[in-house]
Amino acid sequence: MKSSAKTASKNKITGADVIALNIIAYAFCALIALVCLIPFVMVVSGSLSSERAITENGFSILPQEFSTEAYKTVFKDPWVVVRAYATTICLTIVGTFTGLIIQTMTAYVLTRKTFGWRRYFSFFFYFTMLFSGGLVPTYVLYTNTLKLTNNYLALLLPLVFGVYNLLVMKSYIQGIPDSLIDAAKMDGCGEFRILFQIVMPLVKPALATIGLFTALAYWNDWNSAMLYIRDEKMYPLQYFLYQQVNNIEGYKKLIASNLVSGDVISAVSLPTQTLKLALTCVVTGPIVLAFPIAQRYFVQGITIGAVKG
Amino acid sequence: MKTKKKGFFYHLYKYRVFLLMLLPGVAYTLLFHYYPMTGIVLAFKKYTYAGGIWGSKWNGVDNFKFFFKSGQALRVIRNTVLYNMLFIVVGTVFQIAVAVFLTEIKSRRFRKIAQSCMFLPHFISWVIVGVMAFNIFSSDFGIINRLITSLGGKKIPFYTKPSAWPGILLFFNIWKGIGYGSVMYLAAIMGVDTEVYESAAIDGANVFQRIFFVTIPAIMPTVIILFLLSIGGIFRGNFDMFSNLVGSNGLLYGYTDVIDTLAFRALMTSNDFGMSSAIGFMQSVMCFITVVSANKLVSLYDRDYTLF
Repeated sequence: MKSSAKTASKNKITGADVIALNIIAYAFCALIALVCLIPFVMVVSGSLSSERAITENGFSILPQEFSTEAYKTVFKDPWVVVRAYATTICLTIVGTFTGLIIQTMTAYVLTRKTFGWRRYFSFFFYFTMLFSGGLVPTYVLYTNTLKLTNNYLALLLPLVFGVYNLLVMKSYIQGIPDSLIDAAKMDGCGEFRILFQIVMPLVKPALATIGLFTALAYWNDWNSAMLYIRDEKMYPLQYFLYQQVNNIEGYKKLIASNLVSGDVISAVSLPTQTLKLALTCVVTGPIVLAFPIAQRYFVQGITIGAVKG
Repeated sequence: MKTKKKGFFYHLYKYRVFLLMLLPGVAYTLLFHYYPMTGIVLAFKKYTYAGGIWGSKWNGVDNFKFFFKSGQALRVIRNTVLYNMLFIVVGTVFQIAVAVFLTEIKSRRFRKIAQSCMFLPHFISWVIVGVMAFNIFSSDFGIINRLITSLGGKKIPFYTKPSAWPGILLFFNIWKGIGYGSVMYLAAIMGVDTEVYESAAIDGANVFQRIFFVTIPAIMPTVIILFLLSIGGIFRGNFDMFSNLVGSNGLLYGYTDVIDTLAFRALMTSNDFGMSSAIGFMQSVMCFITVVSANKLVSLYDRDYTLF
């Protein structure tokens, strides 16, 4: 045993193959990490460049002719951005909170062995992963049957409940010993109280994971708005960005027309390419800042979700 | 012990609290998943707003005839399947490579920073990826064309050159999924018994042999299961990606139109409910078949990873 440990450690230090592998591993990972990072850097650099430099030379990795003109332009009319932010923040909070409660309740019941119908109900939920009505019936349901066009519910409802989250939550709850729940029941605890006072505190990591999954889905959602929202005052952040980037001339006119009187400028004089990028940065910022906290819980969620409960 | 079988209403009463807890989830699923399933009949109807799902008139298979006659059917099905196969195969190879190499890196700090960078693209929306793609590939401003011209070459007009798009789409698909996708493989590699490595070393295996003959075979179950599960979704095009990278650029449709983008355009741009629901019906049926078969295959392989 001793000698084998010795050879292994010796191998680790001196082997040419180990050195080669190390070089390859570091180079490969560094390369991929850089490639992942560069588009972000380019967006930030572009947004901090002067419009003239971009139209003449094109985009680059580092800023050219440092300028904050594009950001100043975005904040000439901050309210459209603030409104989109407010919409998205409210949707994310309400949706994530509601979703967590409903999904945890459902997952809890589906794990209770004293609930004899849990198999039927599990199938009821899982089946939706296999078959779906598709785009048109869902669109008809929202716009015609429920008449939810230009209603915030049309942005809230599509993401509030997901079977994948249910699976993650179930496997966490199954990790709680039955005896704990039985003991609580012996002491006269009702099911709701068991769920909220015993189970929920024990599955905090799961709540964090699923909460982050859901929050991210709301934050990045633009599909629902594209389908159901016509009123541009109601646009959530990503769809707002989508609209402005694809119709940047319109956005420039909007900024020029919304200016306080006396401060007359023409839309033509505003930047175009850098404005797009500044707006993108303003929209992306919070996600990138919140990212270090979120990453850890994501890693947990992915690993657990793959092994079904 | 009581052996008499209790009736339905007895259980309904006994489970009343459980059922109350299930109520929101069940109501949601019924309304937003099961009710739209019945709407699949729209594929055989001529939809009118006043008639809705049930009041609209039947028109047999006219919607399908129109879809196939338009010549777009085979194109979008082919594109969807080929793109997904490309994404699954190349994506898996890259994700495994990242996982293997990351575990070989001794420096904890380097590993963490690299992994964070790779995870970052997962957190942004495809709308933002669309902006980034323009920064890189735009004919006039893109960094690639800038490089080409500075080296004396001729600009490549990516946004009017359909054949460039399988590559571009593949790049962004891998780019966005690499950090997220490699997590599963990292976990699988961590699960490999270190004694196996030690005995491989004693037997004189070099590190490359160890990777190919110990690590890779050890994570093969995970690879196969994830592969089969993604095969289940092979008829599902990534609408977010295609619509944000390609947009309404009709020039590129030959290479970039997938089932989901066509169904969306038919519905929202040309208001053709009939054709859109015919496409949706076909997609739902094909997805059902592939998902069920994939699940069946997974269950033959390892019962623990299936849905049923």
